[in-house]
Amino acid sequence: MTVKMTKREQKIHESFREQMDEAELLNCMRCGFCLPSCPTYIETGYDEAHSPRGRIALMKAVHDGLVAPDDDVERSLNLCLGCRACEPVCPAGVNYGHLLEDARDIFNSHKRHSPHVKAVRKTVFNGLFPHQNRMEKAVGLLGMYQRSGLQNVTRKIGFMKLFPKSMQDMEKVLPAVSRKRGRKIESAYAPVTSKTATVAFFSGCLMDTMFKETNEATIKLLQLAGCEVVIPKDQNCCGALHGHSGEKDTAKELAKRNIDAFEDLNADFIISNAGGCGAFLVDYAHLLKDDAEYGERAKAFTTKITDISQLLYELNFYEKIKLAVPAQTVTYQDSCHLRNVMHTAEAPRELLKAIEGADYREMERADSCCGSAGIYNIVESEMSMQILDHKMEDVVVTNAHTIVTANPGCLLQMKLGIEREGLSDKVRAVHIVDLLLEACGDNPEMKAGEEADERTEAYQA
Amino acid sequence: MLKKRPRKKLIEIVGPENFDDSSAGCLVYSYDATPNFQSMPDAVVAPRNTKEVSEIVKVCRKEKIPIVPRGSGTNLCAGTVPTQGGIVLLFKHMNRILEIDEENLTVTVQPGAITLDLINAVEERGLFYPPDPSSMKISTIGGNINENSGGLRGLKYGVTRDYVMALEAVLPNGEIIRTGGKLAKDVAGYDLTRLFVGSEGTLGVITEATLKLIPMPETKQTMIAMFHDMDTAAKTVSEIIAAKIIPATLEFLDKPTLVAVEEFARVGLPTDVEAVLLIEQDGPPEIVERDMKKMADICMYENAKAVQVANSEAEAQALTTARRAALSALARLKPTTILEDATVPRSQIANMVRAIMEIAQKYDVTICTFGHAGDGNLHPTCPTDSRDKDEMKRVEEAFEEIFHKAIELGGTITGEHGVGEMKAPYLEWKVGEEGLAIMRGIKHAFDPANIMNPGKMFTENSRKRLVLSS
Repeated sequence: MTVKMTKREQKIHESFREQMDEAELLNCMRCGFCLPSCPTYIETGYDEAHSPRGRIALMKAVHDGLVAPDDDVERSLNLCLGCRACEPVCPAGVNYGHLLEDARDIFNSHKRHSPHVKAVRKTVFNGLFPHQNRMEKAVGLLGMYQRSGLQNVTRKIGFMKLFPKSMQDMEKVLPAVSRKRGRKIESAYAPVTSKTATVAFFSGCLMDTMFKETNEATIKLLQLAGCEVVIPKDQNCCGALHGHSGEKDTAKELAKRNIDAFEDLNADFIISNAGGCGAFLVDYAHLLKDDAEYGERAKAFTTKITDISQLLYELNFYEKIKLAVPAQTVTYQDSCHLRNVMHTAEAPRELLKAIEGADYREMERADSCCGSAGIYNIVESEMSMQILDHKMEDVVVTNAHTIVTANPGCLLQMKLGIEREGLSDKVRAVHIVDLLLEACGDNPEMKAGEEADERTEAYQA
Repeated sequence: MLKKRPRKKLIEIVGPENFDDSSAGCLVYSYDATPNFQSMPDAVVAPRNTKEVSEIVKVCRKEKIPIVPRGSGTNLCAGTVPTQGGIVLLFKHMNRILEIDEENLTVTVQPGAITLDLINAVEERGLFYPPDPSSMKISTIGGNINENSGGLRGLKYGVTRDYVMALEAVLPNGEIIRTGGKLAKDVAGYDLTRLFVGSEGTLGVITEATLKLIPMPETKQTMIAMFHDMDTAAKTVSEIIAAKIIPATLEFLDKPTLVAVEEFARVGLPTDVEAVLLIEQDGPPEIVERDMKKMADICMYENAKAVQVANSEAEAQALTTARRAALSALARLKPTTILEDATVPRSQIANMVRAIMEIAQKYDVTICTFGHAGDGNLHPTCPTDSRDKDEMKRVEEAFEEIFHKAIELGGTITGEHGVGEMKAPYLEWKVGEEGLAIMRGIKHAFDPANIMNPGKMFTENSRKRLVLSS
């Protein structure tokens, strides 16, 4: 028995029947163990429609024809952060993230976006992110904007006031773009301590442009940990943004190109320094599971994905290199995908605790999403800011001077939070990699690293 | 759909933001944790205080609209599924802890308070609220009272019933009553407090509760005992009780449950043994020490493969938390997970475990068993697939026989999950024709219009008692 539906709803319902994994939907036994972990369930004042159990029930109901896939259903799916905090707490092991992606993909493929939104989506998803050279140019423009004085002018004339408050703040917290251009030649960075592993570095699209210095720091840390670092030049954006926004086909293409770029390198690990990207790389096995050519290759690829903090921890980096910073209180905000999908939560904390001078204080609900969630803080800015404001309350309790994160989105969001709270003169947000490099400061190995860098640069020139 | 007039009135009472009759809004309150039950309410209503509850009930009574009070929807007997439509009543606004009274050792709460939040709040003051259903991180006190929930500590400390001292409730005619008090002794009239506990929302709406607290035990120790076969483990349970030791927790997990739980929790549960007993004792250190040693000795005497004591509180907590996930973890095995909670006097636990194994074999179904062995409350659980009609029929027959066996051993059809709609057909097996008649009479006295959670507890279609040819 199915309810009355419009033509479009009928089509979505049929797509749900064809494309959704019914066994996975049935796997949810509705025990509700996920409820306390869900930020939107809590923030909406315990509205089941904004809980994982409720969303899965809605997906199943659309699949079964019990409800029409109307705006309310779509709203429920859209308001999900995709933080996947519900997955590790699910005793039944439901792959919620996969269900969500599939459902969003179906809604999106039946979407009649306004011409404006269509154009933006096309530019971002197809025109920009898949092409690293364009990313560099776009971020380069941002750099020019910041350096030319245009940023100051824009702020002075109040141009940003035309945008919502969260966008205004966001504009302020974007990192100063590095002048350094992209790496020209593919070449290995040699270890500067006794060799421990060969790693391939997934440098990412945003990370390698807007957060270029963090990437440089990552390479240095890997060298210090005894890694030979290879950076394949044919790699591209991981596709997470696409996958989470219902652009699955583009995500698949990007995934294949990355597998091509990495698979012949025979690296021991493929290192990511962005939880969001790393988690999506791990998900390639699922994304390409039905692909005859890439299915198995994707599986082999994903087994090597490791976050930088996990590898540094496993290589006992902090025993090799003395880590010290001026006395300060440090706290850590989990990257949801690093924690919930890559299951890396202990390593970054242990690394931080190993830094002399850093008084590590665990934040309440550090494992709960900060509200960044890809482009969520732009498209669902109201809920995102509500979550962020609550997050900042927990930050304030720790009295931290330094908030450490492990993902660019989280980093920007925490900077935004600091800005909103008016704490910019007291508190800073940093990527864990940058703090660790800062903490390496006076080690003799750092010198060796710099010399090695010069040699590499000389060699490349 | 509600009729226009009551709809308008309900919106007036709670405000438009607390009334939802959209199809998505209703769908997400069309189920609880019971498999194979789902039914759409006509609307979802979230009152903010007792007065609003009373006004809602009056409207519903006049218009004959069913009311289904719902906590967090972790119910396991379809007790909160709106199978006859009507409104689902939410307590998300009525979720405060109102008072912790350290002189009378009581806590007063609104029904929507989360069980674990309450437990944590009183423990901060060195006080103890023992009922700990496995869903306590999610479940509400209102739900616990209505279902008379048990938990892992039931054997030593009793169940929710043993801690409810006073209630405020809205009767099905909209009148507000207060029962009991902060009183250790109170024999003034019928014990309406107790009557409401476990009434599954069929007699009225509980809007406030005062619960008994006890001093926090000084220490606690946890151990697991591993066994080569289920029978020995079950027999050991009876031996421990017979040795006049009452542990705080005495849980039983069979091999398939251990494997599923370990896959989820990764706390180092053994997966190469047939059964495990999870044992806890709390109290003064010297008594805990003594009891734990005695119980370990009994286990070894009964041929346990090994006994392992948790080294730290974190390790102990990981073990009990893992145990609480047993039911949901079993959902990994198959799409549908049917769970029962047949309960027998604890001396009969070995017989019941044996009977369950035989019945599973007879009907060719898989039944995993875990549960609160120490109080005779087992959770035989069947991983199956609701789309496989033939197997579902066999599952149903197997569980009917399990109910029958439990009653034959002096037990009951449900120890802590409630009757709801799921077990209504079997209630008569336990309470008898006369028992059922007087229960119906009570229901009628409270709720002649039958608006409070209709279809729960009582059914027109009682199952005929199975006659077994032995």
